[in-house]
Amino acid sequence: MQNTNSQIASLSPLHHQNFLRRNRLKIAPWLFLAPAMVMFTIYVIAPIFQSIWISFFEWDGLGAKTWVGNQNYVELMDDDRFYTSLYNNVIWLVLYMLAVPAGLFIALFLNQNVWGIRLYKSLFFFPFVISQVVVGLVFSWFYDPSNGIIALIFNIWGGNPPAILADERYVTYGIIAAGLWPQIAYCMILYLTGLNNVSPDQIEAGRLDGARGLKMLWYVILPQLRPATFIAIVVTVIGALRSFDLISIMTQGGPYGSSNVLAYYMFETALSEYGYRMGYGASIAVVLFLIMMVYICFFLWRMYVQEKEGH
Amino acid sequence: MNNILKKATLAAAALALGVTSALAGEIVINYDGSDPAPKKAFEMVIKKFEAAHPGITVKWNLFDHEGYKTSIRNFLTADAPDIAAWYAGNRMAPFVKAGLFEPVDDVWADNGLNDALASTAPSMTIDGKKWGVPYTYYQWGIYYRKDLFAANDIAVPKNWKDFLAACAKLKSAGITPITIGTKYLWTAAGVFDYLNLRTNGYQVHNDLTSGKIKYTDPRIQTVFDRWEELVRPGYFIDNHAALSWQEALAPMVQGKAAMYVMGNFAVAPLREAGLSDDQLDFMQFPQITAGIPMAEEAPTDTFHIPTKAKNKADARKFLAFLAAADTQTEVNKILGQLPTNKNAQVADDKFIKAGFEMLSNAAGLAQFYDRDAPAAMAKAGMEGFQEFMIKPDRRDAILKRLDKVQAKVYK
Repeated sequence: MQNTNSQIASLSPLHHQNFLRRNRLKIAPWLFLAPAMVMFTIYVIAPIFQSIWISFFEWDGLGAKTWVGNQNYVELMDDDRFYTSLYNNVIWLVLYMLAVPAGLFIALFLNQNVWGIRLYKSLFFFPFVISQVVVGLVFSWFYDPSNGIIALIFNIWGGNPPAILADERYVTYGIIAAGLWPQIAYCMILYLTGLNNVSPDQIEAGRLDGARGLKMLWYVILPQLRPATFIAIVVTVIGALRSFDLISIMTQGGPYGSSNVLAYYMFETALSEYGYRMGYGASIAVVLFLIMMVYICFFLWRMYVQEKEGH
Repeated sequence: MNNILKKATLAAAALALGVTSALAGEIVINYDGSDPAPKKAFEMVIKKFEAAHPGITVKWNLFDHEGYKTSIRNFLTADAPDIAAWYAGNRMAPFVKAGLFEPVDDVWADNGLNDALASTAPSMTIDGKKWGVPYTYYQWGIYYRKDLFAANDIAVPKNWKDFLAACAKLKSAGITPITIGTKYLWTAAGVFDYLNLRTNGYQVHNDLTSGKIKYTDPRIQTVFDRWEELVRPGYFIDNHAALSWQEALAPMVQGKAAMYVMGNFAVAPLREAGLSDDQLDFMQFPQITAGIPMAEEAPTDTFHIPTKAKNKADARKFLAFLAAADTQTEVNKILGQLPTNKNAQVADDKFIKAGFEMLSNAAGLAQFYDRDAPAAMAKAGMEGFQEFMIKPDRRDAILKRLDKVQAKVYK
C-alpha cells in the first residue's frame, strides 16, 4: 500500500506537469532540426527574399536605394547581353547532359575486376577532385592559340589553329568541354556506386531468359540504376545552371559578353569592377532562381512521390 | 605581495596610457600597390614621413590591385582607414557622391598645391571641391621597335597618312604592325581614346564620357572610320581577344610585332624581357585631324581621406607631405612614373623624359575611357570596342547598343 502510494505520488507530476517529457517524441526531432533550420533560414531563405526585394530598387551598394518598381525587369527584357547569357545557359543545360551517358559508359567500363582497377578508378575520378579553377586554367592552356596543345595539333596538320576562347562561335563550347571533364567523373562515381547494388540474381535470371549485351543493359541494369540516374541528372542540371567559376577563370564572359551565362552576368553587373548595379544584378538572380525553381520543384515532387510509394 | 601587484598594475596602466597617447598620433593607410616598385616607393615615403613628423606613426595595409577595387567599398563604409589610395576623374565620383571622401581644399590652399598641381587639378575636382591629392601619373602613347622601323626604312610617323603607310610597310614585311591584348578589354579603350582625341579633340572626349554626345554621333562615326582603316587590313595582331596585355608583349619582344598603344608601365616588363633602349622607343600618337590640339592620356593615381577617418588632422599632414615636390621626385623615381607636382624633378630615363615633355605640352589630360566614363558605360563601351575590332561589320549595331546603354546610365 505504502509502495503504491509513493508510486502515484511520483507518477502524477510526470503526467500532468511536465509538458516536455510528455511530448518528447514529437519535440525531439524539431530540436535536432532547429540548428540546421535556423542556419537555412538565415543564409538561404532570407537572402532569397532580400534579392527579390532589392531587385525593385536602383542601388549602387553605397548610397540610398531608390524604388524603381519593375524597371529593372523591363530593362532586362530589352538587354541583348541578358539574352546571350540565357541562350548560353540553354546550351550549357543541353550539352552538360552528355555527362550522364558518358559517366555511365565509363562506369560500365570500369566495373570489372582486373588487377589495379582501383588505380584506374581513382584516375578517372581525379578531375572531380581538383578545383574548377585548376580545370579552367589547364583548359585555357590547351586552347592557347600560340602554344596550346590544340594549336600544336593544328600545326602538325598544317591548319591554322582557332582561338577557341577568343571566338564567339566556339567559346561557349570550349568552356563546356572543360566543365564536362569533372562532371563526367562525378556521374561516373554515382553510377559506380549504383552498379555495386545491382542484384546478381536478376542478372542471372535475365541471362537465363537470353538477355545479353544492350538488351541486358537496357532492360535489366538500367532500371536498377534509376536512383543513380536521377541524382546524376539533378546534379548535372544544377551544375550547368550555376556554372560560374570556369567562365570567370577562362574568359570573364568574353569576348564581348558572348560566353556569359546568367550566374556570371549577375556577378558582373552587381559585384565586379564595372558593376555595382545591385538592383539590376538582383533581378538577374531572380530570373535564374525561377529557372532553377522548375528543377527544384520537380526534384521535390519526385522525392515526395517516392516517399509516398515507400510507405 | 599586494604591494607588488599594485605596482605592477600601475606600471601596466602607465604603459597603456603611453600606448594610447602614441595611438593618438597614428594614421592607417590602405594602399593597393602590391607590385615590387610601388611597394618599395611607399615604404620609402612612410619612412621619410615618420622622420619628418616624429609624433606620428604610420600603419599601412597592403592590398592586391584587383582585390582593392572591391574591398574599398567595404572599408570606406565599415572600418575606414585615415588615408585610402584611389584614382582621379569619374572613378572617384561614386565615393564622392556617397559622401565617403572628405573634401581637402584646405590642404590644397595651405600648401600652394593649386599652383604646384595645376595640371591635375581639374581631374581632382567634383562640384567645385578637391577630393584628394594626386602623387603620380604616367603617359600613354605608342611604344615601338626602333630597330624594326629602321630595318624597314620607316621614319617615326607624325600624321595619320604616314602612320597608315608605316603599317602597310610593316605588314608587307611580315611584321604585325600593332600588338594588343584585349582579353581584359581596357587596352582597346586606349586605342579608342587616342583615335578620338586626335580626330575630335579633348572636349569631345569629355562630352562623350559624360554622356553629352551619342555614340552614333557623326564625330564618333569618324573615329570608327579611322579605326576601320587599321582593323580591315589586319594591322592589329590576330587573336587579340585571347591575350592579356602582358601576353601581347611577347610578339613585340620576339620582333613579330612593331608597335603597342600602351601606358608607360609596359616599359619595365619589355626591358626585363630583354629589349634594350636601342630597340625600344616611344612616340606620341600621330596627328589625325590637322589643327586639333594634342591632348594626351595620363591616368592619375591619388590618395584620399575617407569621411569616417579617425585621425583627419594627421592624415592631412600626410597628404601635404605626399604632394610636396621632393617627395614626389623620389616616389616617382622608384615607380618609374611622372610626378604631378610641377616643381618636382623627373627621373633620368628616356621614356619618363619623353613622357614629361609630351605631357607638359599637352592641350588637356584625359584620365582614360574607363576612369572618365561611369563604370556601367565603360564596361559596355569597352566590350563594344573589342567586338568592333573582331567584327567591324557590326559597327552600326554596336554603336546603337552603346546609345541604348548610354541613355540608361546617364538618365
